[in-house]
Amino acid sequence: MYGIGVLKGMAVTLKNFLRPSFTVQYPEESLPQHPRFRGQDFVWYEERCTGCASCAKYCPLGIIRIVTDPSGVATPQGDKYKVLAFDIDLGRCMYCGLCVEGCPYDALHMGSGFERARYRRQELVIPVEELRRMPKRPSTWFRPQMETKGYDPRMGKELPWQEAGRHEAPDVEKMKERWVKER
Amino acid sequence: MTLRTEPVTVNIGPQHPSTHGVFRLRVTFDGEVIQEVEPVFGYLHRGSEKLAEERTYSQVITLTDRLDYVASMTNNQAYVLALEKLCHVQPAERGLYLRVIAAELQRIASHLVATGFLLQDLGAFGTPLMYCFRERERILDMFEMLCGARITHSYLRIGGVFQDAPEEFWPALRIFLHDMPPYIDEYEQLLAENEILVARTKGVGLLSQEMAIASSTSGPVLRASGVPWDLRKADPYEVYDRFDFDIPVGTAGDSYDRFIVRIQEMRQSLRIVQQAVDQLPGGTSVGKVPVRAKVPFFIRPPVGDAYAHVEAPKGELGFYLVSDGSIAPYRCKIRSPSFINLTPLKEMLIGWKLADLVVILGSIDINMGEVDR
Repeated sequence: MYGIGVLKGMAVTLKNFLRPSFTVQYPEESLPQHPRFRGQDFVWYEERCTGCASCAKYCPLGIIRIVTDPSGVATPQGDKYKVLAFDIDLGRCMYCGLCVEGCPYDALHMGSGFERARYRRQELVIPVEELRRMPKRPSTWFRPQMETKGYDPRMGKELPWQEAGRHEAPDVEKMKERWVKER
Repeated sequence: MTLRTEPVTVNIGPQHPSTHGVFRLRVTFDGEVIQEVEPVFGYLHRGSEKLAEERTYSQVITLTDRLDYVASMTNNQAYVLALEKLCHVQPAERGLYLRVIAAELQRIASHLVATGFLLQDLGAFGTPLMYCFRERERILDMFEMLCGARITHSYLRIGGVFQDAPEEFWPALRIFLHDMPPYIDEYEQLLAENEILVARTKGVGLLSQEMAIASSTSGPVLRASGVPWDLRKADPYEVYDRFDFDIPVGTAGDSYDRFIVRIQEMRQSLRIVQQAVDQLPGGTSVGKVPVRAKVPFFIRPPVGDAYAHVEAPKGELGFYLVSDGSIAPYRCKIRSPSFINLTPLKEMLIGWKLADLVVILGSIDINMGEVDR
């Protein structure tokens, strides 16, 4: 007997017809991202960065270019290299976040936006000047201290570097002890 | 006097919607009936195995995301397991459970894609696919909570997972586990009781048990042919021996069975997730129990080799790693299920019509990212 299965299928469609719609009209409204969302607008705190280039070393694609000069002063750490260039090529970035994971000073964070489309590839490279003045709305990816504080980049509030916190503050004495023991 | 008729050779693909990627088939037709099939791969070849030799072990995790891009979690899992075997690392207990939860959610998501696209290929354009993607969307939202990405997760690390699940993940998972069974019933109702669908899939693309074993297929394709082979039971990795679940098997080995097996596997995956949540060490508290063993980022495994395999949504996914003691793998061989499941394609296709080709290819559920690597 044909037709019963089709009617049952139509019953399913009718049930779904009465359910609220789950799609949104994107440019007018957009779905919220989780605070951990690994977005495009990288957040970089120059005060913390020492120019160690760990991020460039951790990057699987090698798309971070850092040029330093030994004359800068990092506010929390003291001596540091002055960062002359810190270019991130977003055209090749795959947003894996390993650079953020590698940063020993919690200076680099993933961003929270996803609308950084450009017409030219050259414009996809974030130069250091842009990185300096970009809004500091970091993603909480790999930064559990922000999660415990309840920071949410979607609220639109910028996070200054003093409040970003460190996920494990290295104890100088302990590090010295470990260093002595290992040699 | 009889007139001699010429067979016609047609190229299907590489840009063809039903091939699920850039897969090309050179098919010889006698009228409407398939006489000869020659698959052509390589349009999505990115050289993942070679690229892995130039990356450090931790960086290769990001490459594995791009193999089967609708099931990245299980790709991560297979690679990380091989690496842990190579380095003799004991992963953190809670991390293992989080991996199981993530992998089983990923299996549901992948099977939802397979089911949705089967219905799409059969002409139910759009609507059933959107139903499946609605639920997949919820899983992807949960993955976004876990690791900040929806498709390319890179969630797993050597010795566990990169970070504990956030607080809001657990209520979302509980609601999902509660909501999902009726939805699966709906898909079954759409799939199993529709006469048009049954007429087009039952008895189509038969794969005998002997042929399935001889061509070393795995996953739902093998189980639909009646072989109860599931690596989660046959060679339990991680903590799968602590869960109680069944292996759904088909009887006929036709396209219909392959999809019913997938639907039933979704139910079993939900069972596993539920048990994993119940047994989770540390419960739903965040950051109390370690999820990751202390392993350096630039890890140097001892000289040697290791092979690890997992039951990915599409079948057995294996990684063979050879280490020469440096920070990068000397060789990284990937045994991808989609590629090997295409072995019996010729046997399944010859003798069927052009319209059945789409159904049979859809029922194998290939992913070109994995076939070409």
